[in-house]
Amino acid sequence: MASVNVGDQRSLVLTEDLTRTQIVQYAGASGDYNPLHTDDKFTTEIAGYPGVFAHGMLTMGMTGRVLTDWFGAEGLLSYGVRFVKQVWPGDALTATATVTAVTDGVAELTVETVNQAGEPVVTGTAKAKVD
Amino acid sequence: MSIDRFPVEAGHIALFARAIGDPNPAYYGALSGDEPVPAPPTFAQASAQFDPDYFLRPKIGEPWFGSGREATGVKRSGGGGGGGGGGGLHAEQHFEYHRPLRAGDVLTGMVKPGNTWEKQGRRGGKLVFSESVVEYRDQNGELVVTARGVGVRTETVVQQEA
Repeated sequence: MASVNVGDQRSLVLTEDLTRTQIVQYAGASGDYNPLHTDDKFTTEIAGYPGVFAHGMLTMGMTGRVLTDWFGAEGLLSYGVRFVKQVWPGDALTATATVTAVTDGVAELTVETVNQAGEPVVTGTAKAKVD
Repeated sequence: MSIDRFPVEAGHIALFARAIGDPNPAYYGALSGDEPVPAPPTFAQASAQFDPDYFLRPKIGEPWFGSGREATGVKRSGGGGGGGGGGGLHAEQHFEYHRPLRAGDVLTGMVKPGNTWEKQGRRGGKLVFSESVVEYRDQNGELVVTARGVGVRTETVVQQEA
């Protein structure tokens, strides 16, 4: 288990250039085949968006890595996010986790992923087991 | 809606880990033979694969609202823009882990409707939020993961005649 202090922070580049193919991969693995994420024709002509965009859950899944790289794949007690901005193919994403409290072997963290413009796309919190 | 049987499989975990771009070797036990194989933190969401009624998966022999020959395979009566059945957008997702989820677990998912609330949108119109909670239990009935999702849909204001 990790040993951490309030203020400790880690950042991780999740992608330099999110591809449509990765979004397709996520659709297949997760089972969420909403055409808004993979079907440009539907998304532009029927739904009225400029193009396909990533599943929020893909961004949340990618973001989770900054936590599991730090606390281990089995180290989390909770993880939650708000989806604050859409993620588009071509976006570059960086996740940052910050320890906000440590009590009785549990670290509380804030998590944020930003795009290439520095705009948050997901923001959230997590709890992890620590020494 | 409920999920009667969600078998957590090592191969599925490997495909999911690839999709989220996570190279952690722990997730690739299906390839290495190493055990146990932990599930990534958001893996419970892939329970959709095992929900027979999940509406965002094409069903064999049924029309699908994505494009084929036409931009959508499902014609809707009435206007109103918006997605052809997109069902709103995902606003929040939260997981609580009661113990680590691993390949070999066989889960059930019990869905409990949560709160519904409204907010005024920034560009006019009403935003309707609705919450659902899924309790995932293992083969022994023990709670493994609690997932709380919040969806949001916009309710277009009907234009009044001037």
